[in-house]
Amino acid sequence: MTPSTSVPLLIKGGRLIDPAHNRDEVLDLVVEGGRVARLGKNVTPPAGAHVMEAAGMIVAPGLVDIHVHLREPGQEGAETIETGTRSAAAGGITSVVAMPNTQPAIDSATGIRFVLRRAAETAHIRVWPSGSITLGRAGEKLAEIGGMVKAGAVAVTDDGNSVPDAQLLRRALEYAKMFDVTVMEHSEDKSLMADGVMNEGPLATRLGHRGIPRQSESIAAGRNIALAALTGAHIHLTHISTRETVDLVRQAKKKGITVTADCTPHHFTLTEEAVVRCGTNAKMNPPLRAEEDRRAIIEGLKDGTIDCIASDHAPHSRASKEQEFSAAPFGIVGLETLLPLTVTQLIEPGHLSWIEAIRRMATNPAKVLSLPVGDLAEGSPADIVIINPVEERTVTGFSSKSQNSPFLGWTLRGFAQVVMVEGRIVLRREALRPVSAS
Amino acid sequence: MAVSAGRAERKNAMKDLLGLESLSAEQIGYILDVARPMKNLFTRSIKKVPALRGRTVALLFFEPSTRTRSSFELAAKRLSADTLSFTASTSSVTKGESLLDTAKTYEAMKVDFLVMRHAASGAPELVASAVKAHVINAGDGSHEHPTQGLLDIFTILEKKRKIEGLKVVILGDILHSRVARSNLWGLTKLGAHVTVCGPSTLIPAGLTDVFGPRVTVSTDLEEALDGADVINVLRLQRERQQGDYFPTLREYTELFGLTTDRLRQAKPDCLVLHPGPMNRGLEISSEVADGPRSQILDQVTNGIAVRMAVLHLFAGPEGLPATVPDGKQTAKAVQTTFKALS
Amino acid sequence: MTAKRLYNENDIRSALNEMAQSLVARVSVPKSQWVLVGIHRRGVPLAGRLAAALDERGFSSLPVGSLDITFYRDDAGASPLDPVVQDTNLPFDVAGKTVILVDDVLFSGRTIRCALDELMDFGRPARVLLAVLVDRGHRELPIQADVVGKTIPTQRDERVDVHLSEMDGEDAVWLSPPGERKGKTR
Repeated sequence: MTPSTSVPLLIKGGRLIDPAHNRDEVLDLVVEGGRVARLGKNVTPPAGAHVMEAAGMIVAPGLVDIHVHLREPGQEGAETIETGTRSAAAGGITSVVAMPNTQPAIDSATGIRFVLRRAAETAHIRVWPSGSITLGRAGEKLAEIGGMVKAGAVAVTDDGNSVPDAQLLRRALEYAKMFDVTVMEHSEDKSLMADGVMNEGPLATRLGHRGIPRQSESIAAGRNIALAALTGAHIHLTHISTRETVDLVRQAKKKGITVTADCTPHHFTLTEEAVVRCGTNAKMNPPLRAEEDRRAIIEGLKDGTIDCIASDHAPHSRASKEQEFSAAPFGIVGLETLLPLTVTQLIEPGHLSWIEAIRRMATNPAKVLSLPVGDLAEGSPADIVIINPVEERTVTGFSSKSQNSPFLGWTLRGFAQVVMVEGRIVLRREALRPVSAS
Repeated sequence: MAVSAGRAERKNAMKDLLGLESLSAEQIGYILDVARPMKNLFTRSIKKVPALRGRTVALLFFEPSTRTRSSFELAAKRLSADTLSFTASTSSVTKGESLLDTAKTYEAMKVDFLVMRHAASGAPELVASAVKAHVINAGDGSHEHPTQGLLDIFTILEKKRKIEGLKVVILGDILHSRVARSNLWGLTKLGAHVTVCGPSTLIPAGLTDVFGPRVTVSTDLEEALDGADVINVLRLQRERQQGDYFPTLREYTELFGLTTDRLRQAKPDCLVLHPGPMNRGLEISSEVADGPRSQILDQVTNGIAVRMAVLHLFAGPEGLPATVPDGKQTAKAVQTTFKALS
Repeated sequence: MTAKRLYNENDIRSALNEMAQSLVARVSVPKSQWVLVGIHRRGVPLAGRLAAALDERGFSSLPVGSLDITFYRDDAGASPLDPVVQDTNLPFDVAGKTVILVDDVLFSGRTIRCALDELMDFGRPARVLLAVLVDRGHRELPIQADVVGKTIPTQRDERVDVHLSEMDGEDAVWLSPPGERKGKTR
């Protein structure tokens, strides 16, 4: 991170949106000492302050992306903590939760400490590590969840895999509850998934690809919800992709089961048809589904069934994606398209208001994992994103080390202009250079 | 990665033959129409013509297949092209080379054609987007095997002199079969009614959504065979049993094996096709395979003629034209030239 | 400038008669050794008509075959194929025979070279003669006709089209300026 300046900064005339306090109004905001020092109308700049004119801009808490693959350690060719957090900053994100499916998997306090140390050395934004539920993510023996939480893990997940054994997941939920740490489940029944590579249905039949039925997700999601009910523990279902799963989560919430969920921008933007156009850059797990699923995801976001939007940023090298469809790995990069896709696909068509969109990108993700970020009250850490809601740009490449995205060439709106973490500016486009107030 | 769309029939000339899905009925007719005089070359003592003299056809077989490779090799040689063979077991693939690197290596040798067999669906399309050479799909995963589809249709046309209105049964493992998909595309485009028949576990999802109302699905062989003009029996991969698609080979044969008895359900002049190699006594009985309806050896001969026509027609810098010059006459010619065959 | 009709039905008939006469004068082998081979497309009906004209001169029932040179062309892929590839049909053994190759227009000579190549693949004729209705010049190969119906001086980029009633509904020879083509339905 660039060193913090002690000079106070006045962000003037922006539309300040803080869903945590149901605030959406034109307000000035003063950053001082890495914190939000003051909110108010027509604030006089403190002595020596820089002023940033933000009229017409959205000023919001920095986005919190709870599902990110930073690939370090083990696959530094695809991404590192340094490049991944640079990409996140470019996307308006100030906090990422790093997935533990690295090589080796983060399944011990040592691993958590490694991520935190590398983040302290190289990261541009906040990195919150997560640990795996089972040793080596093998789904056989519990990892030392207590030790990982003490070392700084904010969640446990075997992401990439579901915990295959119901008894083991039950124990994990009960055990994790003791440390107040959230279990994040990638819901998937491996036996149904089999050798599938894309959504099962007519398109897979046409292309001759093995299908992944939607039930491979919903069966596992149903089991996960049932185990949350059994144990009373909080379970978070990540990257849900089907209408059936959205329905299950909606019903579970009605019954008061402690379940939360996130979805990715690609699942509310694309359908399986993208496979024809984008090839392996539209191959991810869970796969892109049908139009009815895409609509159900949007409905789930609108009615609050789906709490968060997360990128499932999954960088892969060009070589690994330039392979036969069945041989290429699952996943796409997403940190830099999360915000503009939300703006273009959800806010502009009227599915979500700005405040509800920011709630799903910042407030709720922080809340789901109890992270002390995601709001803009006086005294809160100054993790801030300033967004130009109308500026249009064509996506031509990413700050990430990898470029595997189906959105290259798309023209989107709502890009981050300024990003700061604890008052330190980590991204600044020329238009919003602060000037001395004198 | 530029991966081209398949659904809309292309309006431009076609560099590659990736599947029958992307061909128009007119283009299919054109290929078959050229295949017929190619086949007549086989009656000459000198079966070789100079059409592709100086061209090079690389046969890239990432999956073993002696018969398709031999057929393409002979087709290329009868057109005076030079051939170059590559099989995965002896190749750099075992040394970890990527598909695109292998393809580009052959491209750098200035070959004109890459005839490609690969276990992964879509692999030829990936290669086609990266090389200038014409890519001819010789079977990719469960996707398509266009020259097999063409030769099956050619074989039917030769005997029935039409495709429109025929009832064709495709029997066996539809789920994993590229032969089935290419036949389904080609036959439905030319107006046949196709019934796919096999165990319900081996029928892929959404088949009629993909291929339209001319396709019906049946899991009852006797019902499927009723009134059939053609039955195309697919090879059963014995390892499917391990995937629990059906309990035993014995039960498969009992339910879906084609026997003389069952063949009585079909029309008396029903043709029996099989892409080979056969599992005699499993999906087809020896009596049927060697019987008077069997077209199996004709298919082998026709395969060479069809592959010659494909190589010849795709040989230009542009590849296969989108519309045949004076297409109406050609479409008519397909009918009439085949009528003249008897 | 528009297309000009140079010759009509009568002109073509008399040209063919002269060609037949000239062949009789030039070929000394017995008629059992003669075969006619027309080159697709318009050489085929012309070969038939020439056989009829020879029939009137005592050379009755000469065998007539046809050659489609598509697969022997030296420009595969460079220009579009004739949409209908016809069959080569030689219902006799050419070995030892005197073969009279028949085509409508002799231009570059490349078609004749292909036809000779193909013919040789069927056997070794004793002698091959070339009979063409029209020689329009501009040869690219050292090939000449033995018997010519009409010689037409042309510009290289002009078109000469022979129309035959069997396929075009009229008997005529047309000369068209560059880019134009007369009276074609196809």
